[in-house]
Amino acid sequence: MELKEKLIASFMAFENQVDIDSPVHDVRSEAIKQFETQGFPSKKEEAWKYTSLNSILKHDYSVFPKHENTVEYNDVKKFFIHDIDTYKIVFIDGKYASHLSQTTHDGIDVCLMSSALNKPKYRILIENYFNKIAAKDSLTSLNTAFSQEGAYIHIPKNKLVAKPIQIVHFSTGNESALMLQPRNLIVVDENSHVQIIERHQSLTDNPVLTNTVTEIYTNKRAIVDYYKIQNDNENASLIDNTFINQKQESVASLHTFSFGGKLTRNNLNFYQNGERIDSTLKGVTIIGNKQHVDHNTLVHHIEPNCESHQDYKGIFGDSSTGVFNGKVLVNKEAQKTNAFQANNNILVSDKASINTKPQLEIFADDVKCSHGCTIGQLDESAMFYMRSRGIPEKEAKALLMYAFSNNVLSSVKIPEIKQRITKIIATKLGVNIGFDL
Amino acid sequence: MLKISNLHASVEDKAILRGINLEVKAGEVHAIMGPNGSGKSTLASVIAGKEEYEVTEGEILLNDENIDELAAEERAHKGIFLSFQYPVEIPGVSVTNFMKTAINETRKAKNLPDMPANEMLKMIREKSELLEIDRKFLSRSINEGFSGGEKKRNEIFQMAMLEPKLAILDETDSGLDIDALRIVANGVNKLKSKDNAVIVITHYQRLLDYIVPDFVHVLYNGRIVKSGGKELAHELEEKGYDWIKEEINA
Repeated sequence: MELKEKLIASFMAFENQVDIDSPVHDVRSEAIKQFETQGFPSKKEEAWKYTSLNSILKHDYSVFPKHENTVEYNDVKKFFIHDIDTYKIVFIDGKYASHLSQTTHDGIDVCLMSSALNKPKYRILIENYFNKIAAKDSLTSLNTAFSQEGAYIHIPKNKLVAKPIQIVHFSTGNESALMLQPRNLIVVDENSHVQIIERHQSLTDNPVLTNTVTEIYTNKRAIVDYYKIQNDNENASLIDNTFINQKQESVASLHTFSFGGKLTRNNLNFYQNGERIDSTLKGVTIIGNKQHVDHNTLVHHIEPNCESHQDYKGIFGDSSTGVFNGKVLVNKEAQKTNAFQANNNILVSDKASINTKPQLEIFADDVKCSHGCTIGQLDESAMFYMRSRGIPEKEAKALLMYAFSNNVLSSVKIPEIKQRITKIIATKLGVNIGFDL
Repeated sequence: MLKISNLHASVEDKAILRGINLEVKAGEVHAIMGPNGSGKSTLASVIAGKEEYEVTEGEILLNDENIDELAAEERAHKGIFLSFQYPVEIPGVSVTNFMKTAINETRKAKNLPDMPANEMLKMIREKSELLEIDRKFLSRSINEGFSGGEKKRNEIFQMAMLEPKLAILDETDSGLDIDALRIVANGVNKLKSKDNAVIVITHYQRLLDYIVPDFVHVLYNGRIVKSGGKELAHELEEKGYDWIKEEINA
């Protein structure tokens, strides 16, 4: 059976297992219809021209793991930011792992999507926010149809959440191939501030396909800093669909660090529904072998006096491929918009490639919008300069690559995350040097 | 220390060095002068191991070892230092971190442990004072936005940190005002000892008033066509290079 048919057939069983009376039942049913009509995206679609899902859709994925597996904290500690105190919402093969988690209801809700969807006390929030900004495209719809588990975070107004929140999904290889559909909902009310780190990690070499959807609502003057660490092994693929709805004067920043995985597709959508909003989208991609990373971003400027800053750096080695497709849409009413976009790439190998496509649609006449993309090689004269001072070729390359990414890293506000990313980069580049630049 | 015999080198099949012979002993300062395009910078780059240049004939011996097959970093580990005519800007890498990496990689090559941080800091402080370098300057990206004088001072600062056996100063005086020239020359002179050697490549004689050479060589068309003592530099300053060209062409 093709994966599409298998998923549609599984839906009935899934709906029977969860609460049919739940208000999201209709949402799910509508979503599976959407998926059935659209099917998986193909390269014929403009947005998927350079990313083919064929190689990852051929596996016979389990949709619901039959067994529960457990992992010990010490075995997976390294995948956490563990040197600071954090809230943790952790899942193993899509199931909540309470022994690895640290949730809270003390003034804020850092807990599970499943309880938010089922418990009456969350009903109003779910009605107001669940699936309100998620798109109706096939992959998002597929996730919506199977939405049951993930992180639910609600920060009421005037809260500065001191501890960052980690959302971590482990897959154990319990099944020969596993497909996961995590669903996160994050609502940050007026004047509140929260920092979130998200990571997907496969613990074996079995193929894993994660199709995740995150909806984030930043209400008036709220601040959200979101970090995605994508360093999974090379049998795991990730399709990340993130939707951020910003109200006036809110500030949202999202950093994506893509080093691992077989295929990674980030669909990142920012909607600015208010004035004086600030949105930041940054990313560093360093990949090799046959890895593929595709950043597909949208910033929709709807109202006046808002800003957006996009800065994506990519370093591609071996036969790896990259895609950057950055769309900035400025409505006619969105005067005085400042929208900046940069995408800089280095191809380290002759076989690596990058397709980069800035897309600006501007309907307002009093705006500042800029975009620039570059594709180049490592600076040979800089290489000789460094080597002539005794820095070996590999280390010199690594230092140059790190320096190239530094603009993105410098805006990471949590030092422990920055250290972690630095360490991952050093490992990825096979060097043992400190990059405290 | 350095012995170059019959060195021929070319870039993209264009011969630039056509039979250089030069011997530099420990404790000596050699000046290499010559008109533009005579091959001075090429010679410096070939000694330092720039890969674009192909040695087609002859050899370079460093302490009796042929270094032709060694990569630039391996030559650096053996004590060769090239002060660049045009130091390269490396955005995002601070002077301090660059130096730390260079020193520790050099130590690693010699099977030595990393230099302890306090020792490194002390050394950085001493050497930056020697070159009258502001500490703030050390946290800036290497050469990025540096003035000509700052770039050259930074080169000599790096030389001071790396303590090379053989330092080649390629047009270190170009772009320097008289104060910076004095600081740079003073730095070089303080680093000079009976165990190391310096090759000063320059177009003009003025740097040689401060770094006094034991030998002066004139490079023309890829060959050393004249050698002498420091008085040769004065003669060149007075009469220019035309008389040498005439002598050769005659």
